[in-house]
Amino acid sequence: MSARLAVALLLGFMTLPTAVVVAVSFNPTAIMSFPPDGLSLRWYANALTYPQFQRASVNSLIVTAGATLVALPIGTAAALALERGRLRARNVWATLLLSPLVVPGVAAGLGFLILAASLGLLRSRAVLIAAHVALVLPFVVRSVWVSVANLDPMLDRAAASLGATPWRTFRRVTLPLLRPGLSAGLLFAVIVSANEFVVSLFVSNRVTEILPVAMFTYVVNYTDPTIAALSSLFIGATFLLVWLADRLFGLAAVFLPDR
Amino acid sequence: MRLLLVPALAVIAVFALALGALFQYSLLAFVPGSLRTGGVTLENFRGVASPQYLGYVWDTVVLSAATTVLTLLASYPVAYALARTSSRAARSWLLILTLAPFFTGAIVRTYAWLLVLGNTVVTWPVPMLFTERGVLVGLVHFSMPTMILLLAAALSHVDPAYERAAASLGATPARVFWRVTLPLSMPGIVSGSLIVFAWTLSAFPTPELLGGGKVKMIANAVKDLALDSFNWPGAAAFAMLALGLTLALLAGVGRLSAGWHAE
Repeated sequence: MSARLAVALLLGFMTLPTAVVVAVSFNPTAIMSFPPDGLSLRWYANALTYPQFQRASVNSLIVTAGATLVALPIGTAAALALERGRLRARNVWATLLLSPLVVPGVAAGLGFLILAASLGLLRSRAVLIAAHVALVLPFVVRSVWVSVANLDPMLDRAAASLGATPWRTFRRVTLPLLRPGLSAGLLFAVIVSANEFVVSLFVSNRVTEILPVAMFTYVVNYTDPTIAALSSLFIGATFLLVWLADRLFGLAAVFLPDR
Repeated sequence: MRLLLVPALAVIAVFALALGALFQYSLLAFVPGSLRTGGVTLENFRGVASPQYLGYVWDTVVLSAATTVLTLLASYPVAYALARTSSRAARSWLLILTLAPFFTGAIVRTYAWLLVLGNTVVTWPVPMLFTERGVLVGLVHFSMPTMILLLAAALSHVDPAYERAAASLGATPARVFWRVTLPLSMPGIVSGSLIVFAWTLSAFPTPELLGGGKVKMIANAVKDLALDSFNWPGAAAFAMLALGLTLALLAGVGRLSAGWHAE
């Protein structure tokens, strides 16, 4: 029984900040108090109408959509090559593709900033999107690779022997069977890109910055609950996504092997 | 089939180019007040070896070590529950509660701790915000989902039959845990600890916001140099140091886990 209590307390510790943010977002005054002495939606209105957040949301949409659209096909192709390409030193290639995961954010961020400056691309979103593609790629490769590994190559051969062209085989047999891995890869790509902060801080300015960077700047400069309202919207959306992901393809299968 | 690897390698090449630019700048002389650089020099690395910057490295290592130990202690019970529960619904909920903070961005989470550690919710007996204590709480919270997932994966490889066998031979639950469960989950404990330690070494938003400029870790010093002082060469040298530390540690993880799989 005490073990259960410990687990409950620890989960409480993990969820406490989220609960506080949501509670504070309905606070009627700019001075934060807890529990709040009334309810108000004014900070939600403030968050949604603040011009810099609107601009940053549009940037986030462009960067995340761009990075995902580029990384998903590239990562899928790489996963197919890794599993079926009969590569020598496959582990070396795999490690290389997953390597952006282990590079500290400030090192990658400053590297991309210096690169952007030397190419004269400081004001463009191109470098931002390129950086996001590299950061998101490992997640896509890993997710799709699991699906490719579970795929029976005999199915492709069966389609081919029945007269399907390689492209038709890919479109009608391989791709539909890869759906779970592709969905997981898409989910990871969107979540990782939408939340990316450190590298984006280095390679963006007020015009190109994405939402997490705009939120960081706001937190540093102001103390009112506008960020709490925006955070609550973010948390709600994430919770919905994670719950949906669990419903659609079972998170346990992705994170806990042998189950 | 092999050609399908080419686009992905091109992406990695761009990433490598960025790190190459970083390395190049770490060897160029800083010209104060300008983004132009001077000739090749080792001056930046000498600057990084000064007491001030070595102090940041020391603080970072101490905070990361403390974070690793506390995260391990706090994550083990949750991971155990996750790996051993027989109810599908309970496992789903445990996973969702574990993953939700993992998926809520760093800024949202850190802002949340800003509220909790400030005196909004409770009045703390000792100052928490803008102290190393407060940063530590934020870092542990940040690392728990990763540690829980790694430990749960390791624990789900431990066959519960071993625990039942020990119990049926008369071992008390505590003895079963210390002599059977804990040793068998050691691979997860070691790799989880090393990964959390390596990630915490390059933590940025948590110390930046919860430390309020009073607590500085390596990444915060790099950001100050690069974005506030515009000393890109100096920042690049310090970032190279962070990169070297992280890669050395993770190479250690690779060696250890390869050893375990070989057994």
